[in-house]
Amino acid sequence: MANFGFSIKKTRSIQLNEASLAKFRQAVEAVPSYKNCIGCGGCTATCSARQFTDFNIRKVHFSLRRGQYENVAQELQKCMLCGKCTLICPRGVNLRSLIINMRQIIANANEPFEDGKF
Amino acid sequence: MENFNPFVLPFVLGAFALLGICVYKYVRWIRQFDRAQQKVFYKNLFTGKFIPAIWEMFTECLLHLRITKKNWRLGYMHRSIAFGWFLLIFVGAIESRIGTKDHFHFWVAIFYRFFHHTPPANGTEIFFTNLMDLLLLYVLSGVFLALVKKIRSRILGMQRATKHSLMDKIIRYSLWGIFPLRLLSESVTACIYGNGGFLTQTIGNWFSLPVAQFLELPFWSLYSIDLCLFFVLLPFTRYMHIFTEIFLIYFRRMGVKEHTRMTGFTKFELSACSRCGMCIDHCPLYKDLDIPEVQSVYLLRNLRNLEYHKDIVTAAKNCLMCNRCVEDCPVNIDLMNIRRIARDKGKIDMPDSYSYLKNVSAFNAIGRVAYFGGCMSHLTPGITQSMESIFKAVGQDYWYMDELKTICCGRPLLQQGFNSQAAELRLKNTELIRKSGATALITSCPICYKSFKDEYQLPIPVYHHTEYLNMLIESGKLKVSKSDLKVTYHDPCELGRGRHIYQEPRKVLQAVATLLKISDEKENSLCCGMNLGNTVLTLEQQTTIRDNTLACLNEPNPDVIATACPMCKRAFQHGTNANVKDIAEIVADNLEK
Ligand code: SF4
Ligand code: SF4
Ligand code: SF4
Ligand code: SF4
Ligand code: SF4
Repeated sequence: MANFGFSIKKTRSIQLNEASLAKFRQAVEAVPSYKNCIGCGGCTATCSARQFTDFNIRKVHFSLRRGQYENVAQELQKCMLCGKCTLICPRGVNLRSLIINMRQIIANANEPFEDGKF
Repeated sequence: MENFNPFVLPFVLGAFALLGICVYKYVRWIRQFDRAQQKVFYKNLFTGKFIPAIWEMFTECLLHLRITKKNWRLGYMHRSIAFGWFLLIFVGAIESRIGTKDHFHFWVAIFYRFFHHTPPANGTEIFFTNLMDLLLLYVLSGVFLALVKKIRSRILGMQRATKHSLMDKIIRYSLWGIFPLRLLSESVTACIYGNGGFLTQTIGNWFSLPVAQFLELPFWSLYSIDLCLFFVLLPFTRYMHIFTEIFLIYFRRMGVKEHTRMTGFTKFELSACSRCGMCIDHCPLYKDLDIPEVQSVYLLRNLRNLEYHKDIVTAAKNCLMCNRCVEDCPVNIDLMNIRRIARDKGKIDMPDSYSYLKNVSAFNAIGRVAYFGGCMSHLTPGITQSMESIFKAVGQDYWYMDELKTICCGRPLLQQGFNSQAAELRLKNTELIRKSGATALITSCPICYKSFKDEYQLPIPVYHHTEYLNMLIESGKLKVSKSDLKVTYHDPCELGRGRHIYQEPRKVLQAVATLLKISDEKENSLCCGMNLGNTVLTLEQQTTIRDNTLACLNEPNPDVIATACPMCKRAFQHGTNANVKDIAEIVADNLEK
């Protein structure tokens, strides 16, 4: 491409019809209350981890909703599972459960006990 | 051949098979102990600790005192079968030792009447014959109660008996068969030779001689075969608990504890569960929500039995970790640890998750106490404000550790099976507390309190604020006035059953108000339903549990429902018209001016 001496920013549009929503659907199935989220951001506002770093739990579960899975796993690792978000959520979204389930879905991690150890 | 008949073969083979399989399993499990577990075990093996261990084996494996304390009918049932059977074997062995010189054929002691036909002649023989009949009757009464429990568990004071697997059902019938078969065998022999006691001779006399002669061998054979069936199935069913509990008691007394992953010790614990089902009735998930097959008895079954492995995770997840079943379990199995083992998050439990905490540095708090509100207290500012005003009232310098930013204690992660992530948070908090130089740690949240007490190794004393307030009031440092409020007190699970703090909160409340009695308190306290241990229940389900608990707390019509947990407070305050307050708030309201 010819060099004009300037460039334009990478597009920020999200192609929802191209995104694969399979993992999002799995998460909804595992945590039905996820559907009720109105995006108010209350969870992020109260978040304990957020007080130390730029971890944004609302942003993370919104990314999942849009089929953008990059970074979700690394971000979720910052959560301390303290449960404030779940208690504060005005729509009764079970965020702790959602966080654990998202991590498992993204990592494709079977529950370790599925293969039985006894 | 004297003292031999082919019918004893099933019994003899079964007994050897049982011995072989048990030895094999136990040796394997002991070798699967974690290193630390092995170390404490061998260290304490030959110390005086074995004396209380043996006493406990006697009172628990034979007399079943803990069950008896909770439910005497059930206790009688277990004791009559366990202790009764033990005595049958023990007294039978003495009797045969006196009566015959043949010690090589050990089965003679079991089938003594068959091999020893002479009717009891002298006093000793009459005594033993009748004693054996009495013991048999004792065991039979237990078997009869077990039958009643199967048909109507409520008669024995249980709402729900455990649902058993097929193998468990088969072996149960074989156990129930042993004693009636023994009765019949001894009775027909008594009919032929007149060597029975008060019971067997009476029943034997109902038979006519030819019938008895015809039935003798078949009955004894059936008895022997039934014993064989019981022995061979035993290591693969719940009855493995009979021998395993003996070992478990011993290991526990030697100081062996559960590890964070499945070890040989866990296998002893799993196998020591008799599936008595005493952990079912009071479980909030059964009592309030009728959720089946998640209670501890089922989790343990799923972990142990291959055919239920697919249900391990479903059962492991759905539990409030309210500790109620731990309180109810007569075997004292470490149920919460086993549940955490089953919840292990494996590959998503990542080390180095909280590198963003690296730059958090300690505060210089030399000479002060550290106050840790906990994450939840941030949502109930009334509690932390009250604590601050109390610190000021007694002139105590304090460092409010998490005033602006909270590093969680790590227990919520631990409860969900994130062992290494939880350890990372513990490490950070420990570093902060150590470096601060604070003289004591006071926390308002029972969850953090339990964690600091049990999971941390802090160099300074840790108090829940109810303990701290009690110390202040008792020492006269804090002057409070008694109001005319009538209160009921809710024992938070982690503080009560978790750490056995029952008296301090009550004493504090009695100093500032009138404490009313409620039906389910202390060990029997009900959960508020919001426990962080659970991630599966829906809001409606949690609310149902909460409402039942509130009904109990509201029963004596209090002005205020007092709690000692920010989480319980939040759970309750939206569900009732009564005022819900933390103990710290009530104290702060009644400081003497
Ligand atoms: S608080 Fe609840 S409703 Fe609001 S953004 Fe978070 S999850 Fe959605
Ligand atoms: S549970 Fe995780 S996401 Fe929710 S408030 Fe606590 S740290 Fe934040
Ligand atoms: S866990 Fe304890 S209370 Fe529950 S069935 Fe087993 S032995 Fe009984
Ligand atoms: S801890 Fe509580 S909720 Fe969990 S199984 Fe035991 S009684 Fe039930
Ligand atoms: S909030 Fe209180 S009662 Fe509820 S689970 Fe926690 S400690 Fe138990």
